Amino acid sequence: MSFDLNLILQSLPQMLAGLGITLQLLLVSGFLGLLLAILLLLMRISGKFYLDWTAQVYIYVFRGTPILVQIFIIYYGLPQFEAIRESMFWHILREPTGCAILALTLNTGAYVSEILRGGVLSVDKGLLEAGSALGMSARQKFIYITAPLATRLSLPAYSNDVISLLKSTALASTITITDMTGIARTIVADTYAPYEIFISLAIVYMIFTFGLQKLFGVIERYLGRYTRREE
Amino acid sequence: MNDNNSQPSIEMIKVNKFFGTFQALKNIDLEVYKGERIVICGPSGSGKSTLIRCINRLEKHNEGRINIDGIELTDKVENIDAVRREVGMVFQNFNLFPHMTIEKNLMIAQQLVRKTPKVEARKIAMQYLERVKIPEQAHKYPIQLSGGQQQRVAIARALCMNPEIILFDEPTSALDPEMINEVLDVMVDLAKEGMTMVCVTHEMGFARSVADRVIFMDEGEIVEQATPQAFFDNPANERTIKFLNQILSH
Repeated sequence: MSFDLNLILQSLPQMLAGLGITLQLLLVSGFLGLLLAILLLLMRISGKFYLDWTAQVYIYVFRGTPILVQIFIIYYGLPQFEAIRESMFWHILREPTGCAILALTLNTGAYVSEILRGGVLSVDKGLLEAGSALGMSARQKFIYITAPLATRLSLPAYSNDVISLLKSTALASTITITDMTGIARTIVADTYAPYEIFISLAIVYMIFTFGLQKLFGVIERYLGRYTRREE
Repeated sequence: MNDNNSQPSIEMIKVNKFFGTFQALKNIDLEVYKGERIVICGPSGSGKSTLIRCINRLEKHNEGRINIDGIELTDKVENIDAVRREVGMVFQNFNLFPHMTIEKNLMIAQQLVRKTPKVEARKIAMQYLERVKIPEQAHKYPIQLSGGQQQRVAIARALCMNPEIILFDEPTSALDPEMINEVLDVMVDLAKEGMTMVCVTHEMGFARSVADRVIFMDEGEIVEQATPQAFFDNPANERTIKFLNQILSH
């Protein structure tokens, strides 16, 4: 079989036109997902059983079902409810992009909250005792001791989840969104050249991932500055 | 401040502490007066750390009463806060906040708990760093200091809160031998200034020269307490004699 380089050169700029949407899906749902994750984390460690339990059920449901199914339920399922069509959320939910962002946010929030909880649990208990002995309140200890240390401890696993989220955005193409993958699928349908198109698409995602890895590397080095002996 | 000398700084009355079914403290009666230096020793697992951790409520006692400068330790948060303002603590593993510079380690609780303004807190921090003889390390992170230096910082951090009492939980046990003396020197200085101190330690030289009273614990009980001279030269209890033979045999 032949490999049509020309076709790749032609279709690359077309696919890159979808970069904006891919980026939008990643950044918006990444940011909202992180906020949701922090909320779920606080519920998990609140010591109030009803908050903890609610968060646990939520996390179980969203980790226990495929993200593709979640996207379909939100996109095809929610509009069937009169109440939703009449609610203030309808102008978001009637757009496929809004549905995709909602699904990605809800999904990544569940995973990231457990990553953050792992970080919180890894903080040396002795440091919290030192805080108590100095008279710091539970809130002060959380803000000034637990949170900064847990952030650093969770970062490697968190960066993994962000990279995973980047690739989950490709699923948005299943609900008519023209992100990079959506555009690639249209080109493939027109040209019937799946190899060239999907391989070049894969390479675009890899370049993107490389950038994310580098970015997280920089953040990790910055947050870990106090773990190195030399100045 | 406690002007009434007849009232003990630390008073433990029939204190019992359980971890599940294991009884870590049995019927502890202890009084420590202002300015007293107490050394607690005993074999591993004898309850000595648990005892001092009950004094600032890092452990909650199950039965009996504990009064610190007349404040009873109960579940009341105000009482616990009040006691912790009076009582400083130095840990075996230093427990400096690794993500803060030395100076910040000394300032943070002053700012948050005492509401001391930043400039003032920094001044106090530097003053105590000079007392433990490492002002030049102020802008480093804990990991960049030796163990002995870290423990001196930890002592300075406790002092910054201007406590009435300081608890030492095996402060030299995690140190390399050549660093033990620099920490003990700081503790001896504190003792000379009249700080009320309760030290869990195996440094018998320190106990002999500094302590007003040595307490020997075994299996959760206070087995014997005496002046250092009586304790080391004339131990009364069988278990004390056995313990002293074990630790002084080399």
